[in-house]
Amino acid sequence: MRLCAVDLACHRGGRDIFTGLNFAVASGEVLAVTGRNGAGKSSLLRTIVGLIRVGRGKLTLEGGDPELTIAEQAHYLGHQDALKPSLSVAENLRFWAGFLGSEPADIAAALVTVGLDGLADLPSAYLSAGQRRRLSIARLVAVKRPIWLLDEPTSSLDDAAQNRLMALLRSHVAEGGMVVAATHGPIGLGGPKELRLDDMALPSSATAAAEPAVP
Amino acid sequence: MTPLAAILVRDMRIAIRVGGGALIGVLFFVVVVTLIPFAVGPDLPLLKRIGPAILWLAALLASLLALDRLFSSDHEDGSLDLILMSRAPLELVVLAKGVAHWLTTGLPLIVAAPLVGLLLNLDAPAELTLVVTLLVGTPALTFIGLIGAAIAVTLQRGGLLLAVIVLPLTVPVLIFGVAAANAAVVGPAPFGTPFTILCALTLASLVVGPFAAAAALRQEME
Repeated sequence: MRLCAVDLACHRGGRDIFTGLNFAVASGEVLAVTGRNGAGKSSLLRTIVGLIRVGRGKLTLEGGDPELTIAEQAHYLGHQDALKPSLSVAENLRFWAGFLGSEPADIAAALVTVGLDGLADLPSAYLSAGQRRRLSIARLVAVKRPIWLLDEPTSSLDDAAQNRLMALLRSHVAEGGMVVAATHGPIGLGGPKELRLDDMALPSSATAAAEPAVP
Repeated sequence: MTPLAAILVRDMRIAIRVGGGALIGVLFFVVVVTLIPFAVGPDLPLLKRIGPAILWLAALLASLLALDRLFSSDHEDGSLDLILMSRAPLELVVLAKGVAHWLTTGLPLIVAAPLVGLLLNLDAPAELTLVVTLLVGTPALTFIGLIGAAIAVTLQRGGLLLAVIVLPLTVPVLIFGVAAANAAVVGPAPFGTPFTILCALTLASLVVGPFAAAAALRQEME
């Protein structure tokens, strides 16, 4: 399985976020997307899952299920945790497992993996930011999908939870999955491919700065 | 569990939990209808004559109450992104959310209507007619409301815009719903004709509502 972008561009709000982007990720690889704030890391991930229309260029998945789109074979872990405060930890996870997956998922095992097994019946309104993040990550464990698209996956996680996430990523990659992660800092995985968005975004932001500011 | 059943169960659960819309809607309905006799006074024939119209108006406003959170809460917490990515067609997901909304806010109104109808001096045949028209007509209110909820999804104070968009669209439902319900109260006017048109309006909104709301959601989320 191979995810390829050729000459990919993203336009939002009348300006180019990035243009002429080329990359390829294969099964068993990690692509770390880095860049300053506003370089388009999140926009790239949202473009891959189809939440933002591709401005120009092509995005293809070779070797995947031809019946399904890229989004349907991918997990997207965005900035928001997609949790309902009035539902319990287990109910939140069971909903996403039922909505995203086709076969019954092992909810309890997924909660153990992220270290929330003692809190299954707690309404998720009482979770801390890090616990919410972990519950969100449990979705990736409960429903098997080959492509993981992670936006700042380590934000608000403590050291132990970060290590657990890294172990999870390593085992996902070892099983032939692929990971595209937008990150500020080093992701802590041995020598991932890196895609720096700064360089491509510079020309467009330079033109944007020369023009009068658009609200 | 299929994706649509999962959405249906989740939305109903959220609606009946603390902070959900189910109880608020029916309480609002009961309070508004209870206030009318105090405002109008003890004029029993008058109350009876305006009763069906009052109950229909209160049902319309009550079913709008919880609508503005229908998509915007999913948008705020990021659930909508995952829903848009899913293999379940967005139109059917919207339909499932509409059904969940009607079961938790529309259906309780219909159960409460005969009770508060007593305050408006409605007799048994009038109440039966009213319940039947509400049963047939309130799904149309929900499914027309879906369109407004989807258009207002990214707005912070979407509830006001929602009311402005949705209320004019519900005028036909209101006219024929009240006309059918009045047939048993005011007298020899026919019940069948307005009731049939009300059924047609509901069936049309069941089809148009989910498609229009899904199109609006796709457009808004770009």
